[in-house]
Amino acid sequence: MTKRTPLAVTKTVLIYTILVAYGLTVVYPVFLMVLSSFKSTREIFASPFALPQSWSFQNYVEAWGKGNFSTYFGNSVFVTATALVLVLILGSLAAYPLGRYAFKGKQFLMIYFLAGLMLPIRLGILPLFFLMKNLHLLNTPWSLILIYTSSGLPFTIFVLANFFETLPKELEEAARLDGASEFRIYWQVMLPLIRPALATVAIFNFIPWWNDFFFPLIFIRAEKYKTLPLGLFSFFGEHQNNWALLFSGLTITALPLLILYLFASKQIIKGLTSGALK
Amino acid sequence: MSLKPTGRARRLSPFWRFLPFWLPAFILYSLFIVWPLLNAVSYSLFEWQGLKRGAFTGLSNFARLFQEPWRSDLWTAFWHNILFFIGTMLVQNTIALFFAVILNNLKRGSRFFQNLFFMPHLLATVLVGFLWNLILNPLFGPLNKALRAIGLDALAQPWLGQPETALPSIIAVNAWAWLGFPMMLFLANLGSIPASYLEAARLDNANDWQIFRFIQLPLLRPSLIIVTVMTFIGNFNAFELIFVMAGSNGSPGGATDVLGTLFYRTAFGTGQDAISMGSSLAVMMFGFIALTSFVFLRIARRGEVTYD
Repeated sequence: MTKRTPLAVTKTVLIYTILVAYGLTVVYPVFLMVLSSFKSTREIFASPFALPQSWSFQNYVEAWGKGNFSTYFGNSVFVTATALVLVLILGSLAAYPLGRYAFKGKQFLMIYFLAGLMLPIRLGILPLFFLMKNLHLLNTPWSLILIYTSSGLPFTIFVLANFFETLPKELEEAARLDGASEFRIYWQVMLPLIRPALATVAIFNFIPWWNDFFFPLIFIRAEKYKTLPLGLFSFFGEHQNNWALLFSGLTITALPLLILYLFASKQIIKGLTSGALK
Repeated sequence: MSLKPTGRARRLSPFWRFLPFWLPAFILYSLFIVWPLLNAVSYSLFEWQGLKRGAFTGLSNFARLFQEPWRSDLWTAFWHNILFFIGTMLVQNTIALFFAVILNNLKRGSRFFQNLFFMPHLLATVLVGFLWNLILNPLFGPLNKALRAIGLDALAQPWLGQPETALPSIIAVNAWAWLGFPMMLFLANLGSIPASYLEAARLDNANDWQIFRFIQLPLLRPSLIIVTVMTFIGNFNAFELIFVMAGSNGSPGGATDVLGTLFYRTAFGTGQDAISMGSSLAVMMFGFIALTSFVFLRIARRGEVTYD
């Protein structure tokens, strides 16, 4: 139907020009970051836009080893993975009766959990700080794991309860006739069926945790427990003038999610925007 | 054939029968989310000497926020939050809407550009802040180097070092990181508009602008509302980016100080009344954000348009 008038062609060219221009604005800083991570500081200052004279991994070796990025990386993996397992198990456990049954007290539980979708937990950071201190969790990975898990529960329960609700009743009745316990029905019949929702919830929770700087900043002091964002922060304080090292630190921090995004951009966008589209 | 549970289980209501299911989540959520927030309210109502709780003082901590030395800091920070919000709406969300409309119509490459524009959203805020700190560095930063190289020396400025450009620069960096998010929300909304509406308009010889203005824009109201509220809440909770790019004091000279950094300095600073004043500030911020969002939503949701 489109008429290929000169005007229409000009319009198309203009649109693609704008899109490519903004695309470069998005990509170029990241590209420059990766490029610079292979250079020496002197080279970055002298010729910031040129390709590196030699592709040296020296900066990475230094950041990963002496710069402690191996520790930060390990901590980030441990904290987010543990919190993810916890939030998925505890969230789906709570969501199961809320999604499958009508009972007295359900309304209260639902509202109580859902209120958490609107509560800005950061504003409770002072009492939270003292709570962690009194529980002797301050300056341990568990402070992060527990706050991530707890703050992830409302959304997790909300999404999973809605999903549980849509599953047909007949599914569990067969299992119930065989005398299966509620826990077995939940674990063996229901959980495998809500896998798509589990994936969405996992992405929604995991990415902000992986990138979180606020809670580590308040809770963690010890070098050996720092996660990537906090580690990056102290790294920048320490190596202010060593730009080569700084760029490699940035790249190490950015890489895991960027690689993941390359393979699962659709799921990641869907997961991250699911909170706003509900 | 009986589907009813037998024995003890029959007498128990599901609320108790499923206690082991919901209790762990209930405990964690109560202990680490609800309890601290309630405590923040209670902290704000007492006098504090360091870590020692003193007398109940009612709302006097709140009153003190509006007296010096807090008053001027509070208003400056608040004003910067307002600017942050307005700037983000004008720059980030307007461009996001523009791209969403374009990509919604695009025949080839729409998905590619969507993925591309969303990408910076995956980068940690700390990372975004530091990366742009280096790029905007007055002496060695690639941006000024590029400007000088093409003869625009006058434009090469210490972006983060002078009061007039510091906050706009941070708003721009924030928009760079976030733009894809509202864009995807607008796109989802645009996708739900039936193609028949647009075809009918085209048959009537409506041009692109008319189609956008009179058909798409009214129907975009739900996503416009969500994006506005999310931007508002997000901007009033802004902390990391400012902290990383301008320090906890909002340099230069407080030109980028926002409520988030003010709260951080107050609550985790060295002041004797860190706890009372920090908590009061937190409670007031929460009250303001919640109330404003609520009122906005009430007004905005009135009279949503459908053409069915």
